[in-house]
Amino acid sequence: MAAAASVLGIFAHVDTTLQAIRDLRAKGYGDLTVYTPVPVEEIEEEIEHIRPHSKVRLFTVIGGVTGAATGFFLTIWSSLKWDLITGGKASVSIPPFVIIGFELTILFGGLATVLAVLLLGRLPKLRPSPTYDPRFTLDRFGVAVACPPDRAQAVSALLSAAGAEEVRR
Amino acid sequence: MSAGTERAVTWADVNKDVERTVSMPGNTYFAWMCVVALTLAAGVVAWTFQIYTGMGAAGKRTPQMWAMYITTFVFWIGIGHAGTLISAVLYLFRAKWRTSIYRGAEAMTVFAVMTAGLFPLIHAGRMWFAYWLTPYPNQRYLWPNFKSPLVWDVFAISTYLTISVVFFIVGLVPDVAALRDRSTGIKRKIFAVIAMGWEGSDTQWKHYRRGYGLLAALATPLVLSVHSVVSFDFAMALVPGWHSTLFAPFFVDGAIFSGFAMVLVLILPMRYYFNWYPYITDKHLDAMAKLTLVTSLVLTYFYACEVFTAWYSGDHFERASVFAKATKQYAWAYWTMYFCNSVVPLILFWKKARTNVVILYIVSILVLIGMWFERFNIIVPGLGHDFYPYTWGTYVPTITDSTIIVGSFAWFFILFLGFIRVMPSLSIVEVKEVLPHPLKHAVHGAHQGGGH
Repeated sequence: MAAAASVLGIFAHVDTTLQAIRDLRAKGYGDLTVYTPVPVEEIEEEIEHIRPHSKVRLFTVIGGVTGAATGFFLTIWSSLKWDLITGGKASVSIPPFVIIGFELTILFGGLATVLAVLLLGRLPKLRPSPTYDPRFTLDRFGVAVACPPDRAQAVSALLSAAGAEEVRR
Repeated sequence: MSAGTERAVTWADVNKDVERTVSMPGNTYFAWMCVVALTLAAGVVAWTFQIYTGMGAAGKRTPQMWAMYITTFVFWIGIGHAGTLISAVLYLFRAKWRTSIYRGAEAMTVFAVMTAGLFPLIHAGRMWFAYWLTPYPNQRYLWPNFKSPLVWDVFAISTYLTISVVFFIVGLVPDVAALRDRSTGIKRKIFAVIAMGWEGSDTQWKHYRRGYGLLAALATPLVLSVHSVVSFDFAMALVPGWHSTLFAPFFVDGAIFSGFAMVLVLILPMRYYFNWYPYITDKHLDAMAKLTLVTSLVLTYFYACEVFTAWYSGDHFERASVFAKATKQYAWAYWTMYFCNSVVPLILFWKKARTNVVILYIVSILVLIGMWFERFNIIVPGLGHDFYPYTWGTYVPTITDSTIIVGSFAWFFILFLGFIRVMPSLSIVEVKEVLPHPLKHAVHGAHQGGGH
């Protein structure tokens, strides 16, 4: 979409924000960014209609499986490499290696999860978005709409009607 | 005693109440910091002396080569567990009361594990060779012995430290962003770097929330595994009183028990000095006290099991070990442990005690003492009375090892005291989440804290 204009509505309440999102969706505006001081389930549910599910869990499972594989590979391969028999046990003893496998599953899974949050959430973000307002970490909600310039007036009116405290273009 | 005003708070108040805590502290704070820093300096001097003169400077002698350092190592690892329990396990259970204490508890976890991690180094003596424990390619094709519980420990503790730190920092990001938006100058720049440009947009929250839940789900089995692995250091050995399948759950429960005591020790003064009465209410104290009580009762059950198993096994050495612990030169430590861990917390059955700050504080301190002695009783009398009389012995601490242990508390407190004045030690986001959400038309009450 050749979006040239962006309109930002600032809201003080959860229900008015929700109303604005619903109204915008009903009118076919899909390019929304919603800013909230805390995650709000109702807003998340509403947004889910226009956003794909988070893929963080895919990273987690890949990280976890890599960790388990690394743990078992490292222990088995190194015991074969250096065939040191301790306590009369087989060189490759799986039960103790499960501990290493387990710890590395958690370690790699956890690190992959953080990596996913950073990559998918586009963090670190070096420059603030033009539509960001510091009040969004305090107690205000924001709905930013990207739309063609000729529709900006209509979007502003819609946001005000939904109960926006302030509308910026 | 909880005389603080329990005023109603708005979202903006939460920000203000946390911003207050990261301002320039007063003289009392610096006075405490000086005391802690001097104690830490004494610990550093003692450690330096031990490195310079050799391990003989510590009181460790055959047979009690593990003595105080491993006792204190297990103690600190245990302290960390309550933090992960509060931040991860209670998160998964959606226990709303966790929100106002979890940041402090999580900081406690990270710092406690950082303290614990020093002890294997202090204990090993030549700590500059500590990297030998990690697997790395080398010219001699030498690899760690993965069948050794000590190597499991390395993996468990380093994973625990890494995941705890990551979980802690991830939790901090939105809160630091809130502080960034309301500060100026150099402070703003530092907060901006830590907040990584967080804006609270729906995409950010979506991935963040999913990631946070998954981290909590990973941290939950991890926290149970860590103290189990630490218990294997003992349970895998053949020493009487150690070689028991009871050890893993016994250690995990004890860890959570001592950790809750430490949370109370840290949270109660914070509530007083930061005037956080609206956030940490009697309800929170009651919940924490109940968990302390439950873990205490479970621990008492394990103590009983330990004695019963020794008796029921019919094994002479097992019986002799328990008998020696209860009646010989370390009997005072054994009964101190029983008194502090099994008897003292019983007062928490009384409802008024669960919200009485003074009683809670005294109970918590006694529990911490009791839990340190629990590890002492496993290690020192356990090693001091094994199979043959000619290997029996009595451990006498030296000034060097005692100073190092006192210094470890200073190290923990310097980190914690430093943290609470530079970072949000109350989670802004999570506390707001459980407050009533701002609504223009309060039509249905379902919105109240519904976002949690």
